[in-house]
Amino acid sequence: MNCAETKRLIDAYVDNELDLRGAIEVEEHVARCPGCSAEERALRELQASARANLIRYAPSPEFDARLREAVHAEVKEPAPAVEAPPRVARPRRAWKWAALAPVAAAAALLIVASPRLWPPPSEASVRDAVIAAHVRSLLANHLTDVASSDQHTVKPWFQGKLDYSVSVTDWAAEGYPLVGGRLDYVEDTPAAALVYRRAQHVVNLFVWPSKRAGDEPLQHVSRRGYGAYSWTKDGMHYWAVSDLNDTELQKFVELVRGRRE
Amino acid sequence: MVLPHLRAAYNLARWLLRNDHDAEDVTQEAIVRAFRFFDGFSGDNPRAWLLSVVRNSAYTFLSQNRARELGTEFDEVLHSEPAANGRASETPEVLVLRSAQQRFLNEAVEALPVEFREVFVLREMEGLSYKEIADVARIPIGTVMSRLSRARRQLQAAVVRGEQAGSAS
Repeated sequence: MNCAETKRLIDAYVDNELDLRGAIEVEEHVARCPGCSAEERALRELQASARANLIRYAPSPEFDARLREAVHAEVKEPAPAVEAPPRVARPRRAWKWAALAPVAAAAALLIVASPRLWPPPSEASVRDAVIAAHVRSLLANHLTDVASSDQHTVKPWFQGKLDYSVSVTDWAAEGYPLVGGRLDYVEDTPAAALVYRRAQHVVNLFVWPSKRAGDEPLQHVSRRGYGAYSWTKDGMHYWAVSDLNDTELQKFVELVRGRRE
Repeated sequence: MVLPHLRAAYNLARWLLRNDHDAEDVTQEAIVRAFRFFDGFSGDNPRAWLLSVVRNSAYTFLSQNRARELGTEFDEVLHSEPAANGRASETPEVLVLRSAQQRFLNEAVEALPVEFREVFVLREMEGLSYKEIADVARIPIGTVMSRLSRARRQLQAAVVRGEQAGSAS
């Protein structure tokens, strides 16, 4: 191993992130190279200094109390739309409940927001629900229920879970490979979520039957750094959501819409 | 599930946002969201998971309120000066700092662009592995390595500069 390679790996070396062979090679080089040895010492000093000297900010007692209260309120008021899940942790089941959580959360929000009547879902609330579903799919490491780039695997997976059929196309050749599918909820409607990737970005394409008659034109909204396109065609409602830049998301939308022309 | 990691959550939010008020808002929002959507969560690494929720809330907050701080390329000139008017020096924690070295280091970390600061804080304060950092920050492991490495070189230079300035005056 030479100095350039060592420099590239030395951080990982002091962090114990190298495999045994890599670690031994770096160690051997450092033992006979004064320059790299000094580098290693400096890194370890910085590390020790950071651990000893960086301020560990602690929440104030008032904030701590406020937070515990807020959490307590969450735990004590299970949302009415779903049966309260058991409090005992059951790792396997937890994600199934998580899938229902949006329904509960939407219901809880509606109750708080308007005690008098139960408003029909507005465009804005659908938009927020769709974006929330997108964010949640990323947060929870629960991107897909069925992970497959094969449209002939993903499409049948939805059958039996939804009472409508969803067409699935892999756009890998166009730069948007299919990653899989997921059953999600938008407001109180079960929706098929088709998951695509573009470089490091994820695109969720939500599809569910429209309650209104007729097609609706393409609309674009952006919120919290996420872009979303929605349209209705042949009785189905479509939402494509991503943090992709607008040009690339638009291209994706054109692909999806083109398929159906 | 989540409350034991409250301190880590708050510390991360505080380092990403650099003031108490915003850190409290973001931490509270993240923790309530964690409870609301995931019933307190029960995966194999609740701490890393909670940190990722906090991190995302912090980035959302920054993009809405201080978009300028996001997506900064590492600009050697812009980021080589310690925090100008010593935001941090007014807080009580800083008043009791024992040595100049402590102050230089804290200011230098504060002055890093947020993308580099988060990687450094997650590694050195929370002891997360590269893989965990990659998951929390949603970047490839190679990017974790390169950001961490650049952050450290920058900090080493800043601490040296601070010591020289200290001995010259």
